[in-house]
Amino acid sequence: MAQINLLQAINSALDIAMTENDRAVCFGEDVGHFGGVFRATSGLQEKFGKSRCFNTPLVEQGVIGFANGLAAQGSVPIAEIQFADYIFPAFDQIVNESAKFRYRSGNEFDVGNLTIRTPYGGGIAGGLYHSQSPEAYFAHTPGLKVVVPRNPYQAKGLLLASIRDKNPVVFFEPKRLYRASVGEVPDEDYQLPLGKAEVTQQGSDITLLAWGAQMEIIEQAAEKAAKDGISCEIIDLRTILPWDVETVANSVIKTGRLIISQEAPLTAGFASEIAATIQNECFLHLESPIGRVCGMDTPYPLALEKEYVADHLKVYEAIKQSMNY
Amino acid sequence: MAQTKAAYTYLAFINLIIVELKNHNKEKAMNSDIYKESPVVHQPAFIDGHSVEIPLLKILQPNGTIYDGAELPNIDQALATKIYKTLAFHRVLDERMVASQRQGRLSFYMTALGEEAASVGGAAGLEPQDMIMAQYREQGALMYRGFALEDFMNQMFSNEKDLGKGRQMPIHYGSKALNNMTISSPLATQIPQASGYAYGQKLQGLEAVTICYFGEGAASEGDFHAGLNMAAVHQVPVIFFCRNNGYAISTPSDEQYAGNGIAPRGVGYGIKTIRIDGNDILAVLKATQDARIYALKENKPVLIEAMSYRLGAHSTSDDPSGYRTREEEAKWQEYDPILRMKNWMLAQNWWNEEQEVELFEELKEQVLAAVKVSEKIQKPPVEDLITDVYDTPPKLLKQQLDELKVHIKKYPEAYPFTAGRIK
Repeated sequence: MAQINLLQAINSALDIAMTENDRAVCFGEDVGHFGGVFRATSGLQEKFGKSRCFNTPLVEQGVIGFANGLAAQGSVPIAEIQFADYIFPAFDQIVNESAKFRYRSGNEFDVGNLTIRTPYGGGIAGGLYHSQSPEAYFAHTPGLKVVVPRNPYQAKGLLLASIRDKNPVVFFEPKRLYRASVGEVPDEDYQLPLGKAEVTQQGSDITLLAWGAQMEIIEQAAEKAAKDGISCEIIDLRTILPWDVETVANSVIKTGRLIISQEAPLTAGFASEIAATIQNECFLHLESPIGRVCGMDTPYPLALEKEYVADHLKVYEAIKQSMNY
Repeated sequence: MAQTKAAYTYLAFINLIIVELKNHNKEKAMNSDIYKESPVVHQPAFIDGHSVEIPLLKILQPNGTIYDGAELPNIDQALATKIYKTLAFHRVLDERMVASQRQGRLSFYMTALGEEAASVGGAAGLEPQDMIMAQYREQGALMYRGFALEDFMNQMFSNEKDLGKGRQMPIHYGSKALNNMTISSPLATQIPQASGYAYGQKLQGLEAVTICYFGEGAASEGDFHAGLNMAAVHQVPVIFFCRNNGYAISTPSDEQYAGNGIAPRGVGYGIKTIRIDGNDILAVLKATQDARIYALKENKPVLIEAMSYRLGAHSTSDDPSGYRTREEEAKWQEYDPILRMKNWMLAQNWWNEEQEVELFEELKEQVLAAVKVSEKIQKPPVEDLITDVYDTPPKLLKQQLDELKVHIKKYPEAYPFTAGRIK
């Protein structure tokens, strides 16, 4: 098993998907010969030809509209939006078209073959337009699946599952970890399940829940809390929509406490949805209010990024507050 | 501190690759040959915004005779009769359904009065394997393909036999079997989709094109520009068919754009473009037939701008008397595409007045009878609420449906369509 980074894991998944199905095509801005501004599609045009891996004009709504048409036709489009911050021109195509294609036609047509890949998240001094985490906008749209991997192994297995899933998937890639996260990844094909959270660390006192790049933040907080004798159970949600209520609820029934941490702003973030559902599912088991450690309700800052982010110290403080409630 | 440093190094990395990308384009990929043919001038020479001259193709005169020197489409009596019967069906269905809406039997309807030739003639210029991606006023294309009267009715009455399972407002038809994409209310979304669909057809080497209908109003949407540009850049066999009917609901075209209609935009994107008389069925047929041959042979898009007039209201919820005159409407009545085709058919001895009367009476009876059947068919079952959101309903949706069923059983009188037949 090779040690590779998250970008290489994405590249490997795309390579496998395009090898197994000659209807699979990758495209987006700078995705072709150049291999994408992060190099996720590096080498794919050379291997599969310009007709299957190509640059598009600079028009996100066009990229996703084109992808919707391809998917409806029976091809397997894997479209890249260069930064999640720039996905909004395509919002109509995703929310009104991709998500509703099957439903509105009574299953006459669908775009289940569609996968949209996009780098998201902060921590790279990218300011307000290279740092956003817009997963909650899409989580509010029935018909979409929303997936976020936390490391290279997860990225490859979840991306392959997303490409093969018979529903449109928005796949958010934690760009801070693209090169920073390195791990063992099998060369061969494998899939990880969508709609299934993963308990990455067993614990008994409190449950910590996150997804994507925020996972390493809650892991650091759990380590610090462990030194105080607090046993944290850690869960990676992995799929935001449809999400795995059962795994989270079972954990909270056991621990009686829950902290959810997300990079995105607090108000109406996906953490809020989880908190509402879990208080409903686990009301009599809760020992303290469910905590949310999130970005502030401001645009993503630049100079004051360090102050803004939901870092491990803020998560650690939330753990202590919950324990001492 | 180390983290911050790493972050800034990372940003430097992004800047680096952007610079690299620019160099890469400059050295390897950029092709400026296209500009070389331009004359070089040394005084500023602004090109006039209306300098593109757009010829207008007309083949059939209102009196049913052919213009001198006009090149006819590929058409024989059988095809002409099929087209004419489709136009007649369209006219009758529209009239009867507006009446049904006025009687309160139907919630909503949209006619294509006066511009039926665009959709019917377009479909007649294609092959059955070609995909039709329409806006919403092109039911004529579906009629031509053979969508049954019951299928139209069941969709309009949102009953359990509707192919779309009663989920969309009337006239949002679709049929996979007939290669007619289900209509979507948001305007222009089908335009970049048509480019993608046609790219897939090309990639798989299919002997098929995609036709994409839209109006001159929808051509203001961003998706129009995205779709045309991508079709041109990626060289796909798609026919963009603009029905320029003069109005977007109440907004006349001179408040929609300042240029010479939609056609010059095709030229701007490097797309082969033609403007035609949209009320001239032979011009529509000829342009579509030729466009299909070109699109397939060259793997390139075509733009057809069909000039017409929306004689009817935008929809049954609209009243045009608030924004246009009766005189204007009367003027366009004279350009009725169906009457024009009838005159030609009569002149060819392919049709007679007896057949005309018989056809229209028969169609009226059929439509009235079909309304009476479809309006009595029950609504879709409550279980259809959660199907087709995903390929299979996720757990949460099943749970929500179970909760709803319990609620409906508690208050059956409030939910008469479904209370009696919950599974």
